[in-house]
Amino acid sequence: MSNAISVKNGAEFNGAVRVSDAGLKGMITLRGDLSSTKLAAAVQETTGLAIPSRREIVFKGETGIAWMSPDELLIFCAYEQAEMQVAALTETLTGSHFLAVNVSDARAQFSLHGAGVREVIAKGSPANLSPAVLNPHEIRRTRLGQVAVAFWLSADDRLELVCFRSVGAFVYDWLCIAAAKDSLPEVY
Amino acid sequence: MSTRLKNGGRMIDRTKPVDFMWNGRKLSGFKGDTLASALLANDQMLVGRSFKYHRPRGIMAAGPEEPNALVNLGSGDRFEPNQRTTTTELFQGLTAKSQNHWPSLEFDVGAVNKHLSRVFPAGFYYKTFMFPRFAWKHVFEPIVRQAAGLGNVPTDRDADRYEYFYHHVDILVIGGGIAGLAATLAAGRSGATVMLLEQTADFGGRAVVDGGEIDGKPVQEWVGDTVAALKELPNVTLRPRTMGAGVYDHGYATGYERVNDHVPGDGRPRHRLWRIRTKRIVTATGAIERPISFAGNDIPGVMLAGSVRDFMVNHGVSLGDRVVIATNNDDAYRTAIAVKTAGLQVPLVVDARETVTGELPEQARAMGIQIATGTAISSVKGGKRVTAVAITPQNGTGHVTDEIACDIVAMSGGWSPVVHLWSHCGGKLNWDAEQAMFRPDGLRPPFGADGQGFVLVAGTANGYLDMAKVLHDAVAAGKRAAEEAGFQPSDEAVPLVDTKAESPILPVWTMPQVQSAKLQMKTWLDFQNDVKVSDVRLAAREGYESVEHTKRYTTLGMATDQGKLSNINGLAILADSLNAEIPQVGTTTFRPPYHPISFGAIAGEARGDIFKVLRRSPIHDWIDQNGGFWEPVGDWRRPYCFQKPGESVKDAVHREINQTRNSVGLLDASTLGKIIVKGPDAGRFLDMLYTNMMSTLKVGRCRYGLMCTENGFLSDDGVVARLSEDTFVCHTTSGGSDRIHAWMEEWLQTEWWDWEVYTANVTEQFAQIAIVGPKARQVIEKMGLDGLDVSAEALPFMAFAEGKIADIPARAFRISFSGELSYEIAVPAARGQAFWEAALAAGAEFGISPYGTEALHVMRAEKGFIMIGDETDGTVIPQDLGLSWAISKKKDDFLGKRAQQRSHMTDPNRWRLVGLETVDPQVVLPDGAYAVDGTTRANGIKNMIGRVTSTYWSPTLKRSIAMGLVEHGPERMGDIIVFPTVTGEEIKTKIVDPVFYDKEGARQNV
Repeated sequence: MSNAISVKNGAEFNGAVRVSDAGLKGMITLRGDLSSTKLAAAVQETTGLAIPSRREIVFKGETGIAWMSPDELLIFCAYEQAEMQVAALTETLTGSHFLAVNVSDARAQFSLHGAGVREVIAKGSPANLSPAVLNPHEIRRTRLGQVAVAFWLSADDRLELVCFRSVGAFVYDWLCIAAAKDSLPEVY
Repeated sequence: MSTRLKNGGRMIDRTKPVDFMWNGRKLSGFKGDTLASALLANDQMLVGRSFKYHRPRGIMAAGPEEPNALVNLGSGDRFEPNQRTTTTELFQGLTAKSQNHWPSLEFDVGAVNKHLSRVFPAGFYYKTFMFPRFAWKHVFEPIVRQAAGLGNVPTDRDADRYEYFYHHVDILVIGGGIAGLAATLAAGRSGATVMLLEQTADFGGRAVVDGGEIDGKPVQEWVGDTVAALKELPNVTLRPRTMGAGVYDHGYATGYERVNDHVPGDGRPRHRLWRIRTKRIVTATGAIERPISFAGNDIPGVMLAGSVRDFMVNHGVSLGDRVVIATNNDDAYRTAIAVKTAGLQVPLVVDARETVTGELPEQARAMGIQIATGTAISSVKGGKRVTAVAITPQNGTGHVTDEIACDIVAMSGGWSPVVHLWSHCGGKLNWDAEQAMFRPDGLRPPFGADGQGFVLVAGTANGYLDMAKVLHDAVAAGKRAAEEAGFQPSDEAVPLVDTKAESPILPVWTMPQVQSAKLQMKTWLDFQNDVKVSDVRLAAREGYESVEHTKRYTTLGMATDQGKLSNINGLAILADSLNAEIPQVGTTTFRPPYHPISFGAIAGEARGDIFKVLRRSPIHDWIDQNGGFWEPVGDWRRPYCFQKPGESVKDAVHREINQTRNSVGLLDASTLGKIIVKGPDAGRFLDMLYTNMMSTLKVGRCRYGLMCTENGFLSDDGVVARLSEDTFVCHTTSGGSDRIHAWMEEWLQTEWWDWEVYTANVTEQFAQIAIVGPKARQVIEKMGLDGLDVSAEALPFMAFAEGKIADIPARAFRISFSGELSYEIAVPAARGQAFWEAALAAGAEFGISPYGTEALHVMRAEKGFIMIGDETDGTVIPQDLGLSWAISKKKDDFLGKRAQQRSHMTDPNRWRLVGLETVDPQVVLPDGAYAVDGTTRANGIKNMIGRVTSTYWSPTLKRSIAMGLVEHGPERMGDIIVFPTVTGEEIKTKIVDPVFYDKEGARQNV
């Protein structure tokens, strides 16, 4: 896999916060009946994690699950593991109606680090990013400027943002401008 | 003359001089000045020329209501016209130039217009449209175009960046005067999150200027303490230099923050547009003083009385040595007292009221100030400055009884609450006859989604002019907002105020009460747009009864100030002219923004590289570095062709086609949509979406399909591959992937919600690279195969197989859009670049060359393949394109089936697809050209019988080829039809079969 490259190939920008290409991540779209015990068992077996509740994201090491919609989860794993996990889920769930598909290459992920990460994102997302409302463990599917994104806080000063690969370079440029030094309104 | 006083000026720092340039002259002010106060401190009374008559204009107000003192500010990439001097904070190195004059401010040729004012009456502009007919185009329009606009247009690209900020609070308070501060404190102490916006750099508003005591402290001290208390509250955000710009439905408001206009180029974004969601909005926006309509009220030196004391108290600027006050209310006496206290003269207070007995007038009398009651200004004397006023009885017709020398006239016609933000979303107003003002009707607020009012109004903006009542109202509004936002209101006490009793205002709409026609023509209502009392009366006589119509006809209240000074006076004159009451005439509509905001703020961050989203394929950077000549395709960029050094675009396209047809070419097809459709009902679902049968497709095979809308029109096309018994991948057009995915989900979620089908858009998961041409198989084999056999036997045409190519996991589809032997190979996007380079290396011995979209287009046209968007335009059905073979006769139903049976869809006269060969093979038909049959329609235009949909030079066939839709086309093979061109030529063209090349399909099936 040495010739697999992420969209900004490890680029990094230091401004009001640090913006970096998080590199290749394994991501699996799983659609199905989230209330079924069979699906919950398959997810548990593959990831070691329980199905998160509405708008929740859970992580254990590199493995994570995000609630995306009433019938959709996004499973995170190491990039190299994604195909195997899809195969494992498919095998376990055979016989029920579901869809498991590797979307690792369809995504770009960026990490923001610094005290102002909420304010950088609030320049483009209409979601409420105030500390009183957005906590770690909550994922927001929203937009950044003109582009669909999802993000969550992995710590109070760390934010992970996922977008489609084709707009990855655009989003990176956007984040670097929004994270320009001295440009945060400092309301949080 | 206006000058800096020896003392005073609470906002300026006299130890910090600030130099600036005015019309090329170096002047000096102090830190804390506005550009207006600094100009006045330098005796610069004349600051501009009026729009229509080029009359000399001075500074009239001290705040955002200023109509006259607009300047060209800055230079080069930080130049901006129409900047208000009264809201521009002075900074070192500021450059400003006055506007709307030639050759100079002091001597303006355009001023000749004022002598022509009889030929520029109300509605002059509209009258020029009417008569004489020829004159608009040849006479008036060129003149009006030349004269239009005040400032200059910037020529350089804006140097600054702008941005949005989305914010959510429980309560938004707009206006940082004492009412806004008190409301914020009352709301904030309840625990609600509160944001307070103040348009200037300082809190306190005009109460600080007007003086008095709150809670036993001078107002300024109370303001300082309150701001400090608010800063202590973690749930309260104070935002100075941020104007509440607009109020919109659903508790949405915008704030316009001027981040660094006072320190340009400090690296921060220049303006920030706050987009605020809130439960309740409290507008504490104060009031604006009204001018009085008397002749000569536009001469520099005639100012608002409140603004005269603003400049004195805030900036230590004296406007003149002899200040005449003209008033109809007690408040103006504060100015008389302030002027006298500063050691300057008040020769006379001209008060229209017969009896004047309030505390403030009595205080003025005690200071020795002379008050003339029942008196009016007949006219102001002077040209570029006031020299004197002529006095007359208010109830007379202008007979002059006295003339008094002075250099400033401070006028006050009463105060109008700033109701704009209350009204933006439909808050209603009542006319308060006693106070002569429109004020918000608390029972008719703008209503939110919960059926409750979501805007509250506080203080002077609510029509309270007395400080005690202002604070009482503000605290109540703050508590109510908190309660309505779901919080337990605080028990915040109302601050104690000892106020002065004021006598009632006398509504005065002209001075004197009955003006002669001559005086009316010198009495300005709208200073920015040169609208006079005579213009509004003329409009009324000409039948303009609606205030909205009168506004458009006379330009009253238009342009950058939107009538902040002129509206009430103008509609009062209109009411008087119509013999109607003021509330019957009503106000014009208040629309956001309250005050002009920059286009930069509206555009936000969207400029330069991030102006619009750009989707890039995994091969994008390589294409960019290797001669790719870009064209936009949806939000993607795709290479039209790859230019070699010195090569023309046309030559590059021809080279790419020849290379591909003769050997092998490479295409980045990653942008094609790829949607996974999976589930027990997937086959049934695709049978409904596509016109042809998909459920019978064998696993491992591909089928071309068409999708139509419910109305039968062709919407998208592409190849479907069956990955397993219950899983398909549907390819869509490059621009269609999101649309078709949404289309699928819509049907699944709204109509066929009980069908077991899941979809996923995996367009971007794969780089899809087509290796095309007679040598394609050799290239792929050379790249190295693992678990995959691409031979003709193992992988026949319209089949696919999976395995590894060049050690990269791959799915190879044997499909062809060029008519050649072709493999479209999907690999993980992150390895797309590696695959591309491996293909180039393996193909080097065959001269492999990447090709762009134009070569793709020409090759598909040579084969007669249609292109969505070329052969279709939303009105074309598959039957028009000879695609009946792809429409299943066996299926009960599919989307579009019923519509395609309608009479118009089965009409034999529909234009249908044919090939077109120009009689002269060197001539290429113009895109979109229409064919005519030589007859003329009833409406006089030529009868059209068809049009070109695709047209190219074919390097393969060495002649022009085209496709088009022609009436009865398929029945007219061999006929010659005529396409006229815009240059008048006629191109004779033969109708032929649309497949120009390799009709048998032998080349792709090897």
